Amino acid sequence: MKMKKSRILALLLALSMCFALAACGGDKTPAPETNGDKAVLKLGFIGPLTGGAALYGESAKRGAEIAVDEINAMTDGKLTIEFNPQDDEHDSEKAVYAYQQLKDQGAQAVIGCVTTTPCLAVAPDANADRMFMLTPSATSPKVTEGRDNVYQICFSDPTMGNESAQFIKDKALASKVALIYNNADAYSQGIATAFKAKAAELGLQIVSETTFASDDEKDFTVQLQDAKTKGAELIFMPIYYNPASLIIKQAADMSYAPKFFGCDGMDGILGIEGFDKTLAEGVMLMTPFNADGQDDATKKFVESYKAKYNGEIPSQFAADGYDCVYAIYNAAMASGEDVSKMSAADFCELMIKTFSSDTFTFSGLTGENMTWSKTGEVAKNTTVFEIKGGVYAPM
Amino acid sequence: MNFLNFLVAGVSLGSIYAIIALGYTMVYGIAKMLNFAHGDVIMIGAYVAFFSINSQSLPPVVAVLLAMAICTLLGVMIEYLAYRPLRNATSLAVLITAIGVSFFLQNFALIRWGSSPKNFPTVVPFGKITLFGGDLIISGEAITTILTCLLVMVLLTTFTQKTKMGKAMRAVSEDKAAAQLMGINVNYTISITFAIGSALAAIAGVLLCSMYPLLNPTTGAMPGIKAFTAAVFGGIGSIPGAMIGGILLGIIEIFGKAYISNQLSDAIVFAVLIVVLLVKPTGLMGKKIRVKV
Repeated sequence: MKMKKSRILALLLALSMCFALAACGGDKTPAPETNGDKAVLKLGFIGPLTGGAALYGESAKRGAEIAVDEINAMTDGKLTIEFNPQDDEHDSEKAVYAYQQLKDQGAQAVIGCVTTTPCLAVAPDANADRMFMLTPSATSPKVTEGRDNVYQICFSDPTMGNESAQFIKDKALASKVALIYNNADAYSQGIATAFKAKAAELGLQIVSETTFASDDEKDFTVQLQDAKTKGAELIFMPIYYNPASLIIKQAADMSYAPKFFGCDGMDGILGIEGFDKTLAEGVMLMTPFNADGQDDATKKFVESYKAKYNGEIPSQFAADGYDCVYAIYNAAMASGEDVSKMSAADFCELMIKTFSSDTFTFSGLTGENMTWSKTGEVAKNTTVFEIKGGVYAPM
Repeated sequence: MNFLNFLVAGVSLGSIYAIIALGYTMVYGIAKMLNFAHGDVIMIGAYVAFFSINSQSLPPVVAVLLAMAICTLLGVMIEYLAYRPLRNATSLAVLITAIGVSFFLQNFALIRWGSSPKNFPTVVPFGKITLFGGDLIISGEAITTILTCLLVMVLLTTFTQKTKMGKAMRAVSEDKAAAQLMGINVNYTISITFAIGSALAAIAGVLLCSMYPLLNPTTGAMPGIKAFTAAVFGGIGSIPGAMIGGILLGIIEIFGKAYISNQLSDAIVFAVLIVVLLVKPTGLMGKKIRVKV
């Protein structure tokens, strides 16, 4: 018996070594190329393309692809983009592996990660390797903190928490507020913490504060009952759209009809297959992009997106992905240098210099005249939408 | 009134656990193996029902029957392909195979149906009941689940106690070799057990997703584990035990969340399980195991 056990152990060890070796393979950095007379910039992308957060990663990737297609189709363009998306399944280890893949395949900059947790795992590596990172939607301030080469195109969690409290106060949406958040999620917790502090400062009364521990949670009776009993008129829930859709449904089942206010993680709730959109009527969310916007850039983007992806309406994440590509492209063009010959490290220094300069501003789908601080945080206006008739209406 | 609302939520969550636990306990009681893929059969059943209703516009009753038929087939196939070759292997080998089947089903669903969640339409035709002027609300799904659970328990008990097949099942459960000597086809009996267990899984999947209408490839995983706990809690192998264990577990979970901590509700559930097993190692309704000396 003992013999057998040790043999199995040996076999397992041998197997795991095979995998380890396989992971080490392909450790060469191909030189940057040029495509005809046009220079080529190699952009990597990391996001969850499968798994529970796939809707976000897939959207951001598609948005970025639209931008890449547009740039590559420009007849007078001097720069084309080679886009290389990798899946991280919303998992830290897989994200680091995806990053290594991108590095091996010669990426000069990375758009990513889409979600905060993987981003926190990749950012230290990117910082050590001097690889420029621009995240479309990882909102934690920890992502950019202490790293001069990691930038955000989205708001940080504290900004969102503060602005939400300010908005609720300014519009006098409610005097009694309930807060439901996921205590095991950095994004949710980050916004909630800032929201609480700001609410106290503004004299906004938080009557009920409840949490849950996993996005797989199914029953929110306790949380909703607490809010209902304490007479909350508005529920602030800085959480993702999956649990949010269950909370909204269960509140309706309880005949409890408070106002719901969410942040950009709620964006996507209307994209759930089979979701009863009438339930979401009146739900408010702070998200920087509105697919029903009437400006030319938004209309053009929504049209191309619908044409390419069977009529699907792009979410905020798609717009973030689109903006990331253009922000890097514009910064590269503004520098006037031939970026195709640059190593990732040189490109990184160039991007840091451009993004943090006082003269560089970027107007995209998710904001006008964005500027960046030296720490990588973006400055732009906030927008809140209300769901009316199954679409976003500006408030 | 909050107390009553929590009780209702606990009982309805618990009856979902109970109906899943019935499938676990059936298979364990007769085949003496833990079918960890049970939770994922639930998920497959829910997907079948979802597509029958949403894409094929079939009436809910037909969708449920179709889900049951497909899950039955799936259960028998899993048993035939994955578990039968291991009939005489160690129980650890079977356990690990079951976990493998579970991963296979989850990833199959991920590839086949994608990761974005589906919002499950309710199959329950009647609405909620409002009592005490709106203070106490019982959803139609909760009532249906509780009633279905009771009905299934009664049917299963009658089946195992009164029919010839049931008798064969009990015989196989008692002693496989002796049952075979008495002319019982052991493989056939175990196949039938899996068929019944998987049909129950389909019902559980539809009820689970009617109550909590979010369906993705991991939907069955956590309820599956909780239901397994419920089965052990009630005394694995015992049909009434699974029912009582499931409902108690649901109540403990909701009350723990309401009166002790939002965060620790799962920890409380498992702590209670540990205490029960310390005091009564075979679970609440478990049979005493006599070991021959």
